Amino acid sequence: MPDVETTVDVAANDPIMTDAALRPAFFEWLCRLGDNALILGHRTSEWCGHGPVLEEDIALANTALDLIGHTQMWLGLAGELEGEGRDADTLAYLRDAMKFRNILLVELPKGDMAVTMMREFLFDAYHHLLLTWLSSNSSSPRVAEIAAKAVKEVSYHLDRASDIVVRLGDGTAESHRRMQDALELLWPYTGEMFKADEVDERLSDAGVAPDLAQLRGAWETKVRDILEEATLTMPDPAGYAHLGGKQGRHTEHLGFILAEMQFLQRAYPGASW
Amino acid sequence: MYAQLVKSEGLKSREEMSPQEQAFQDRVDKGEKIEPKDWMPEGYRKTLVRQIGQHAHSEIVGQLPEGNWITRAPTLERKAILLAKVQDEAGHGLYLYSAAETLGVSRDELLDKLHSGKMKYSSIFNYPTLNWADIGAVGWLVDGAAIMNQVPLQRTSYGPYSRAMIRICKEESFHQRQGYAIMMKMAQGTPDQKNMAQDALNRFWFPSLMMFGPSDKDSVHSAQSMAWKIKINTNDELRQKFVNETVPQAKYLGLTVPDEKLEWNEEKQGYDFSEPDWSEFFEVIKGNGPCNRERMDARVKAWEDGEWFRDGLNAYADKAADRRKAASVAAE
Ligand SMILES: [Fe+2]
Ligand SMILES: [Fe+2]
Repeated sequence: MPDVETTVDVAANDPIMTDAALRPAFFEWLCRLGDNALILGHRTSEWCGHGPVLEEDIALANTALDLIGHTQMWLGLAGELEGEGRDADTLAYLRDAMKFRNILLVELPKGDMAVTMMREFLFDAYHHLLLTWLSSNSSSPRVAEIAAKAVKEVSYHLDRASDIVVRLGDGTAESHRRMQDALELLWPYTGEMFKADEVDERLSDAGVAPDLAQLRGAWETKVRDILEEATLTMPDPAGYAHLGGKQGRHTEHLGFILAEMQFLQRAYPGASW
Repeated sequence: MYAQLVKSEGLKSREEMSPQEQAFQDRVDKGEKIEPKDWMPEGYRKTLVRQIGQHAHSEIVGQLPEGNWITRAPTLERKAILLAKVQDEAGHGLYLYSAAETLGVSRDELLDKLHSGKMKYSSIFNYPTLNWADIGAVGWLVDGAAIMNQVPLQRTSYGPYSRAMIRICKEESFHQRQGYAIMMKMAQGTPDQKNMAQDALNRFWFPSLMMFGPSDKDSVHSAQSMAWKIKINTNDELRQKFVNETVPQAKYLGLTVPDEKLEWNEEKQGYDFSEPDWSEFFEVIKGNGPCNRERMDARVKAWEDGEWFRDGLNAYADKAADRRKAASVAAE
């Protein structure tokens, strides 16, 4: 075998990764993807051992597991891009709340199964659209590659969540009421998914990410269809939206998630686990 | 074990057996598998239901002490491994409840007995997980002890139980390895981590030995179960095997097994060791372990809080069936 050049030329492989001007926004944007997966994965994992039925317990653990896997990929790429020696674990375990970039929706308490499954549905419907776009259109091959892996799992999450929303919405009077309540509780937190800021615009201009406003139409269609089948009433899409998570202004809940999640890394700095 | 104190029948001699019972025993002796539709003595069926049920309950209650650390796992990889492991345990519960169903008892009936305290689960899950090394110790010792018992049970006489065990055993070795890997990191880590590892071993050693159930001289009911091949080895045999395999692993970790009487016995080619405190064992079985209350409360709460969810899904399924029926009537 002749000598082959095995070191991957990052620049040739993915020129977007070496665009210094884009780097700060790109890093922020990758943290948003990673943190959404991490925090939603954390909330979902809280059900482990406490699910309403064994099959559901297993499915929720499986979803959480997928999301932790996505976190490792997105935050891993963020650390690599930043080039300051931080890996996915450093980013997950050693940033404080104001450095977290997840949307507020995913950090809200898990609530009952109605809140958990309605949130998963509302988020997955967005997540699936986003990953689908990224996997086939992103100008960054690295981003497209991760999205292509994640979208297969998220597509399954979306099917499962949609199915449960329909069944519980059109189940008993109580399950219907709980689902409608959950929908109304969570709805004001969905606007943040589509509210582009400067980071989103820069990434969209560079062709890395989609124009969020354009995803919104498809999301509303999907959500409307499922809610209709579930006999639930869709709140006003133009209603009030809570914002701030993407910029690091969170609810009071995130601090407690991190206090729990980061406990060992904070209490025993430098230890290897 | 996961089924520690299973009430069984007294051993029947060949003369006491009916011709049907003799034929059944012959099949078992020849190593044939008994399948759900085959005739079986009522005692065999009842003992199996108790044993498989207790085992299934242990799997799902066993999710709780480890689940306790999922949200605090120290790295993303550890979190993912632990989630996968605890998810496996739920899956084991599912296989076992299904095996029990082939004996004519539903999962709901068994859960009802668990929740009302009429059925037990392994005493080990009534001990708390207090530091991260406990997650290592549980995988290493608790799953390790479970493997000791479950590997021979792959050859058990009841077909569905045997097949469930074969699937379960495939996953158990991963469980033990991930536990030992955590212990290794902790034992070779900082002084704080090493202390946690030793502390975990100190607390889990004797409760792990208790998993095999009381000493053979005190477990009166095993003879019939062994004749039926529902139980393959005696409690003491398995306990000895576990100690023989585990002590060198502890030494390799540089940890001290908390038993001053532990000593290699050249003659029996095994370790001599102290018996666990059996009065503690019986207290834990009675409900007085450190976490009995929390474990049961958590299971009952999950079940009760989930009622509306299960009802909702059932109601939808009924409506959907009605709609299908109406549609097919309309099409005719
Ligand atoms: Fe298991
Ligand atoms: Fe296990």
